[in-house]
Amino acid sequence: MRDVYVVGVGTTRYGELWDQSLRDLASEAGLRALVDAGLKAEDIDALYGANTSSGQFIDQEHIAALISDYSGISELGIPSIRIEAGSASGGAALHQAFLAVKSGQYDTIAVGGVEKMTDVPSEVANEIIGGSLDAEWETFLGATEPSIAALIARRHEYDRGVKRENYAILPVISHKHASMNETSHFKNVIKIDDVINASLVAEPLTVYDTAPVSDGASAVIITSDKKKIKSASNPIKIKSSSMANDFLSLHDRNRIDTFKAVKKSTSKALEGAGITLEKVDGFEIHDSYSIAGLIQLEELFGKEALRMSENGEYYYDSSCPINVSGGLKAHGNPLGATGVYQAVEATIQLRGNAGLRQVKDSRNFMIHNMGGLGTTSVTTILGVE
Amino acid sequence: MSEVPRFWREAKHRYRLVGTRCENCNTLYFPPRDICPKCRRESVGKMREEELSGEGEIYSFTIVHDGLEQFKLQVPYVMALIKTKEGPLVTGQIVDCDPSEIKIGMNVRSVLRKVRTEGKSGILQYGYKFELK
Ligand SMILES: [Zn+2]
Repeated sequence: MRDVYVVGVGTTRYGELWDQSLRDLASEAGLRALVDAGLKAEDIDALYGANTSSGQFIDQEHIAALISDYSGISELGIPSIRIEAGSASGGAALHQAFLAVKSGQYDTIAVGGVEKMTDVPSEVANEIIGGSLDAEWETFLGATEPSIAALIARRHEYDRGVKRENYAILPVISHKHASMNETSHFKNVIKIDDVINASLVAEPLTVYDTAPVSDGASAVIITSDKKKIKSASNPIKIKSSSMANDFLSLHDRNRIDTFKAVKKSTSKALEGAGITLEKVDGFEIHDSYSIAGLIQLEELFGKEALRMSENGEYYYDSSCPINVSGGLKAHGNPLGATGVYQAVEATIQLRGNAGLRQVKDSRNFMIHNMGGLGTTSVTTILGVE
Repeated sequence: MSEVPRFWREAKHRYRLVGTRCENCNTLYFPPRDICPKCRRESVGKMREEELSGEGEIYSFTIVHDGLEQFKLQVPYVMALIKTKEGPLVTGQIVDCDPSEIKIGMNVRSVLRKVRTEGKSGILQYGYKFELK
């Protein structure tokens, strides 16, 4: 099996980008990644496009073909496919591309993730986001995705004595980091009281416990072609990528406040990379909801997760940096794009190009993308040797 | 999109809380399944329908303030996970209550209620909700 490297990354700004369409966003991110890699479209063997719900957001399916066409590469006949795994689509596309390059079937793949969410009113966007739940046995009855996250939060407080502040702190950390990232949706710094006292979405969660509706696209170019790796300015190795799944709905799980799939995908990824958790210098986790972020940290660090949070260890300049990009909460949450942006952030960090939010002496990054609430889990480890 | 068959298909399960029991391992499931996740292929052809009593207790709950379009007129409403007497957890609303009084562990029973009005056809859809006992 061959080694796989990220040789180029690109992203658009995330936010309410009313003047850009899905195709504008996707081709902008793709072109930036290609330029960063010092490559031309002819060098790409396949295009993997991640997207969660374009059919509902903009009435457009078949979007990998559209993006390929609109990026001006149709004449080359490059195979272009869309990959969907709920809000883990970006992570899943990266995972599939990694497998394809590692196997030797393709040398070089452009992985893009894009979501255009603000062409519909916010109520409609919320409805579409609910599409990753069970339509017959959850949303039919009035469940929204935030309400499912709230059920986890409430039971977690009840069973484990977790306090509101223990997860309300995560959006505070994400906003702090996002304020140092120029592509962030939000750049304002917030306090824990802002989170707790914001308008209620599904009790106890407020609007600040939930990631925003954002537009955006991100792309990475991965390859195992020695010439391309050599000519790249700062190639970053993908050390492993693993995926796991759980029941779609909470009501079918034995426990609702643990994410078994996260445990599986993260431990498989560590094993694949041949490193222990202590060797990971920074983590990007899927903080679509503050409570979901906390459960992921508990799957990674066990009981230590709360203590580390209380000690302020999750900040970029502390011992265990989490979501130095700003996370989904503050960098933005264009569903299908987030998993690809996590790889962009990890690459920027490992190259040492993250400016104010740079994690010091960063050698390994774990990125974790999730579909629904613990249903689909993709973990990728990037690093320098 | 044809809206009628989709809701007619699940009507029995929704009106009377009909789940399925795996005759191989005796586990009861709600929502109903064709295949038991524990026994997998061993369970094929051995899943039998069984009605739940509708009684149980609140396992977790939330008060929804920002609801789906269909449920806008109902906010704030209570969504909950009910631990049924027979075992399965069921996702559903708790109605006819003061949301501020709801607590984990309270006893509930199911009631048949209008759940939503479907799209353009305007068809009323019914299903289970829960009330305090
Ligand atoms: Zn069984």
